[in-house]
Amino acid sequence: MALDVLIVDDSAAIRKILLRVLAQTELAMGEVHEASDGVEALKMLETRAVGLVLSDINMPNMDGLQLLISIRARPEWSGIPVIMITTEGSQEKVMQAVQMGAQGYVRKPFTAEQIKDKISSCLVVEAK
Amino acid sequence: MESPLTTQEIAELIRANAERTFSTMLGLPLSSGPERTEPAMATNDGGVIALVGFAGEWSGSGAIRCSSNLACTISSQMLMADYPSVNDEVLDVIGEIANMIIGNFKDDAAYKLGPLGLSIPTVIYGRNFQARNANGLSWTVVPFDCQGELFEVKISIVRSRPMRGVFQPVDVTVEALDRT
Repeated sequence: MALDVLIVDDSAAIRKILLRVLAQTELAMGEVHEASDGVEALKMLETRAVGLVLSDINMPNMDGLQLLISIRARPEWSGIPVIMITTEGSQEKVMQAVQMGAQGYVRKPFTAEQIKDKISSCLVVEAK
Repeated sequence: MESPLTTQEIAELIRANAERTFSTMLGLPLSSGPERTEPAMATNDGGVIALVGFAGEWSGSGAIRCSSNLACTISSQMLMADYPSVNDEVLDVIGEIANMIIGNFKDDAAYKLGPLGLSIPTVIYGRNFQARNANGLSWTVVPFDCQGELFEVKISIVRSRPMRGVFQPVDVTVEALDRT
C-alpha cells in the first residue's frame, strides 16, 4: 500500500530537498503533503491518512516537539512514525524527542542517504 | 562578563560547522582566512545577511553574510535549480544555511556555554545597512572564500542578564547607513 508522507518545516527550501529525497527512495510512496508549522500539520493530519511524518523542531506557532506530543496524544495517530530532522543536536533535545515518541532523529546538515536510511529503519521497525 | 570561549575557539567551531554544512548540503568547498573581531557589520554592496539568536545562561547572535551572487550560487547548489537573482527562495536558503551553521555552533559550544535555545533566522537583503548588538558587543568574524566570493560567519556572545527567572536575549539592531 502506498505511504502518504507529511513534511513539516518552516523552510520551503528544506521541504523541497526532502521531497527530492523521498522521490529517490524505493518505498511505495503515495502523496507527499507539506506543512510549515505544527498547527498546519495537525490540520493536515485531520483530513489525510498519513503514514510517516518528517518534522523540524524549531518552527513558529507550534514547534516539532509540541507537534509530536499532540500526535502521540491521539490514539488514531499514535502509531504514525515521526522522524525529527533538525539543527537541534543537543543530547537533551534528542532524549526529549525520543522519550516523547520520535522514531528517528537526523541532525541538519544531512545527506540524502542519512534520510533514506532513517526512513527505511523506522518503517522496518514499524512493520515488525 | 567575558565569554568562556576564546576568539580562537569560537573561530574553530565556526570553521568546522561552516565547512561541514557546505560540503554536506551544497558540495561546495570553503577555504577560511584568519579570524578577526569587529564592532558592527556593515554592507554597502547589496549583500545578504542572515541572523540567528541564541539564549540561555549565555546569549548572543550568529550571522552569515555573502554577496547576492554567492547567495544565488548557494541556492542553486542546494535546490538544484537556477537562481539568477535574489528571491524569496534564495532568502529562505540563506536563512536555513545560517540556522545549520549557528545551530550546530551552539550545540558544539554547549560544553562551555551550557544549553542554549535558538531563534528562527531573520534574513536581510539590501544595500547600505548596518547590524550591531544593542549592548555594543563585538563580533568574532571568520571570512571564507567560496568560488572566489567572500562568505563570512560572525558570532557574538555575552552572559545573559537574569530577568524574572528567564534569561534575556541580546538584541541586534539593523539600521540604514547614510546614503549621502
